[in-house]
Amino acid sequence: MQNFEYLAPETLSEAVNLLAGNEGQTRVLAGGTDLIVQLRQGALSADHVLDVKHLPECNELGYAPSEGLTIGAAVPCHRIYNDGAIADAYPGLIDAAAIIGGIQVQGRATFGGNLCNASPSADSIPILIAYGAECVIAGPQGNRRVAVEDFCTAPGKNILEKGELLVALHLPSVQKSSGAHYLRFIPRYEMDIAVVGAGASVQLDEGGKMFVQARIGLAAVAPTPLFAREAGQLLSGKEVSEESIETAALAAQSIARPISDMRAPADYRKHLVKVLTRRALLGAIRRARGEFVPNAVQENGQ
Amino acid sequence: MSNASKNGNGNGKYKVIGTRPIRHDGVDKVTGRAAYGIDTHLGGMLYGQILRSPHPYARIRGIDTSKAKALKGVRAVITAADLPPSEADEVLNLVEGSFRLKDLRSNILADEKVFYQGHSVAAVAATNLHIAEEALQLIEVDYEILPHVDDVVAAMRDDAPLLHEDLTTKEFGEDTGKNSNIASHIQFKLGDLEKGFAESDIIVEEEFETASVHQGYIESHNATAEWKTDGQLTVWTSTQGAFGVQKQTAAILGLPVSKVRVVPMEIGGGFGGKIPVYLAPQAAILSKKCGHPVKIVMTRADVFRSTGPTPSSYVKVKLGADNSGKLLAAQATIAFAAGAFPGSPVGAGAVCVLSCYAIPNGLVDGYDVVLNRPRSAAYRAPGSTQVNLAVETLMDEIAVKLGMDPIELRLLNAAEEGTRRVDGAVYPVVGCRETLEQTKVHEHYLAPLSGPHQGRGVATGFWMNAGLKSTVTANVNEDGTVNLMEGSTDIGGSRASIAMQFAEVLGLPAEAVNPMVGDTASVGYTELTGGSRVTFATGWAAYEAAQEVKKILIGKAALYWETTEDEVRFEEGDFVHSTDPEKRLTFKELAGHLVDLGGPVVGTGAVDPNSGVGGSFTTCIADVEVDPETGKIKILRFTMIQDAGTAIHPSYVEGQMQGGSVQGIGWALNEEYFYNEGRMQNASFLDYRIPTCLDVPMIETVIVEVPHPDHPFGVRGVGEASIAPPPAAIANAIYDAVGIRLHELPMRPDRVLAACLAKEEAEAATANG
Ligand SMILES: Cc1cc2nc3c(=O)[nH]c(=O)nc-3n(C[C@H](O)[C@H](O)[C@H](O)COP(=O)(O)OP(=O)(O)OC[C@H]3O[C@@H](n4cnc5c(N)ncnc54)[C@H](O)[C@@H]3O)c2cc1C
Repeated sequence: MQNFEYLAPETLSEAVNLLAGNEGQTRVLAGGTDLIVQLRQGALSADHVLDVKHLPECNELGYAPSEGLTIGAAVPCHRIYNDGAIADAYPGLIDAAAIIGGIQVQGRATFGGNLCNASPSADSIPILIAYGAECVIAGPQGNRRVAVEDFCTAPGKNILEKGELLVALHLPSVQKSSGAHYLRFIPRYEMDIAVVGAGASVQLDEGGKMFVQARIGLAAVAPTPLFAREAGQLLSGKEVSEESIETAALAAQSIARPISDMRAPADYRKHLVKVLTRRALLGAIRRARGEFVPNAVQENGQ
Repeated sequence: MSNASKNGNGNGKYKVIGTRPIRHDGVDKVTGRAAYGIDTHLGGMLYGQILRSPHPYARIRGIDTSKAKALKGVRAVITAADLPPSEADEVLNLVEGSFRLKDLRSNILADEKVFYQGHSVAAVAATNLHIAEEALQLIEVDYEILPHVDDVVAAMRDDAPLLHEDLTTKEFGEDTGKNSNIASHIQFKLGDLEKGFAESDIIVEEEFETASVHQGYIESHNATAEWKTDGQLTVWTSTQGAFGVQKQTAAILGLPVSKVRVVPMEIGGGFGGKIPVYLAPQAAILSKKCGHPVKIVMTRADVFRSTGPTPSSYVKVKLGADNSGKLLAAQATIAFAAGAFPGSPVGAGAVCVLSCYAIPNGLVDGYDVVLNRPRSAAYRAPGSTQVNLAVETLMDEIAVKLGMDPIELRLLNAAEEGTRRVDGAVYPVVGCRETLEQTKVHEHYLAPLSGPHQGRGVATGFWMNAGLKSTVTANVNEDGTVNLMEGSTDIGGSRASIAMQFAEVLGLPAEAVNPMVGDTASVGYTELTGGSRVTFATGWAAYEAAQEVKKILIGKAALYWETTEDEVRFEEGDFVHSTDPEKRLTFKELAGHLVDLGGPVVGTGAVDPNSGVGGSFTTCIADVEVDPETGKIKILRFTMIQDAGTAIHPSYVEGQMQGGSVQGIGWALNEEYFYNEGRMQNASFLDYRIPTCLDVPMIETVIVEVPHPDHPFGVRGVGEASIAPPPAAIANAIYDAVGIRLHELPMRPDRVLAACLAKEEAEAATANG
């Protein structure tokens, strides 16, 4: 592994200055579960590694029912799923947080890193999209906010400019009668990269019979995670029924343009998009109706 | 059934055998103190790294190491030019086969050509790992890329790219002089095949393919070498056989074996993959060049790309039976991908393919095929799993066609004492029928399935088990304990199993025996830990050593009582004066007097037993659930029933059965070398998917005990057979669940789904048409 200089700024402005001013390649480090692996493999290079774990803004995990949820970019998965109030309000997030790697990885891995790494198969991104989350970005020109679905540009690439870093993710507050669910398909029962991932959030009417609105995000079916905007819109104002769900699942399937690789053939992935979108919607609907839907970890009885 | 499997109190016949003492190496292992190969650390040690080919097949036009040599911290850089030259026909004979020395050397450092991605091309020693790694990038290799072939059937064609210009096909042991990638063609024949098929009422025939899979041991390959100025080389490494490493390293380096001492460190798994040497010769040459010890450890990607895998295979089987289910004829064609050099276990596959049944007429053809993949290595019951899938799937088809219970069909045809196998061997007492009978009455086999898309399958498997040379030396300590030096590296709890056989003879508790694994300079010659042989053969050596100790101690007791040896009896663990039964000494008491009784008490067992053709049979039951929308399979329940002969330490027998089962499940479901353009894409445990804890249920076991007729305690090896039948049992369970037959491993979700969808389409077509 190549030598690099380790930087641990304690204020955001110091971090931005270092990122903007350093010569050579500066890589941001959160949990390091992607970065260190990639540096060791020689897939990435770095002259400097800047750790965001000492920045107060990046360690914030704040939730208020009226404000929504703020997840600092250095907050590891285990803090998210071990927070009862957050787990109750955003069960779809927990679906993702609980399956990223295993317990050891979850002690370190962050949603911010998962997003910035911009892998098409990242498990947190579809559900962040479904929840309508926004990225809070700091840079030499100040802060800006970008919708999660607009953040990734290609495998491993995102919209951050030189000098910018992700500070936090913000999720809007949860509406009444709403629910969300993320699930992925993997050939094993744990420790795997999504062959396809689907996240859905739905808001139903008071009776739980009609869709008020829905959002669907997909993983591993295109160069970037996808926001299946139309598939969600098709559900607005529709009755909750097998047909409406099937229509949305088909719409999601139609925008998938997967590749064949060692993880699965493209046609198989395409097939799975429909199955998983339907299953994610069904889980979200049940949760919106107050029913218990286990996440992958609960299902496996861990 | 043995009661050994039900309780921990022995099986009635023996005192120590059949109990479950804590293993002697247990505390060190669970507290992290056990020293594995990677823990070797010597003063002044340097770190080695290997440069590996990025291409599946290329000619090396030149290698320029000057820039690497010039890097600060680099102490030595070596290439094939640093190996002794090879004569064309020099052969090294090892128990696992005979190999051309030229090929063994090329696998260590490629000379004219690289034959696979990951082929070792050069090695560097530097003051630290990172410098060594950087130096690799400074080595310039001029490759002329050649068209490659990495599919076994394609490699056999006349127009396939040839790997070795000097490789000619051996047919039935004779050199045909024909240049080809088929290194050898073997054949076994029994009876009159045509007549057998002509008399058959049912004939089933299918082609099968299995992917290349890796042994998947957790500890990666490693070697530390110190070449001292007196010309003496010492190698510390994790291996299944120190003497095998000594032989290979000496031959590759052109040294007499006496110049090489090999110290076997604790081993973190092998399963056959830690028999060949991969790093010791390079570490040795580097050490010689720079005068320091050199340590080399592989990354996981290197382990996948450059070591071990088991051959991928093409297997075609045809079975004929009469309407009662009695098998009348069988034919099998087996092609194994040996990898870059000849030497796949196709011979073993050819023996195993029809081994479970009495079949009067048979023909088996086996082909050993080279292609542009890493040199394959043994993997638990080498060759048996590939061929088992074919035969056991077809047996299931026959059972379905006849509406017969699959266990009844197997019982009707089960191999037994006197059955002649297609290779000519005749079975002595074997436990095939007994495992089937235990299966038939097992609660699992009788339990109802509990939901839709669930199915149950069974399969029977076999491994022949080896005998081979082993040595054990025992020294009696004055406190009544015994130090036991043995040559078998301990992979699966064999220290305990060997010590227990020694203890049984002398009526000692297992804890009074202190087993240790010696290096090549401190213990008698012992062959590898493999072939399910250690508990059998090294255990036998321990029995012999104990007999000698007993005999010497009888002499010592006679001396103590000032009488003659024939006046002393050994009884219930005590030495007793025959005519004066008041005089009685426990082993411990007698040991306490040894200081005054002359020479040391040392017993040696040095054996070379022929294990006969007994082998071990096993039958398993698998319950699966198929998700018809995704093709994903869940193993709901799994039971393995195996003949152990005699279970010395039942926990370790069960451990072997469970380990083999889980590995077999891995072959069945997801494990495979995934290639693109001759390059392995999934060289990590993330994407090379071995089963995790959540992928398998608790594996239930039943130990059957049909004692080996020759072994002093009736031991049969149990290490391997259990890997063979799980894929077929799972395939049969999938058929039972959703009515599809898969003929290719792994039975990945996308393949299962495709078959489910094809079946639906076919049914829809029939319904419409
Ligand atoms: C064994 C194992 C299993 C895994 N399993 C899964 C899985 O099941 N699902 C899954 O989705 N992923 C998985 N991963 C990948 C990884 O754990 C996740 O992507 C994780 O969320 C990354 O977070 P991190 O904090 O470790 O990121 P890091 O590795 O620290 O960073 C990831 C990338 O983001 C950049 N970055 C990080 N923080 C910032 C920031 N604040 N601003 C700008 N750029 C930033 C880094 O420079 C780097 O390029 C696994 C990894 C391992 C090692």
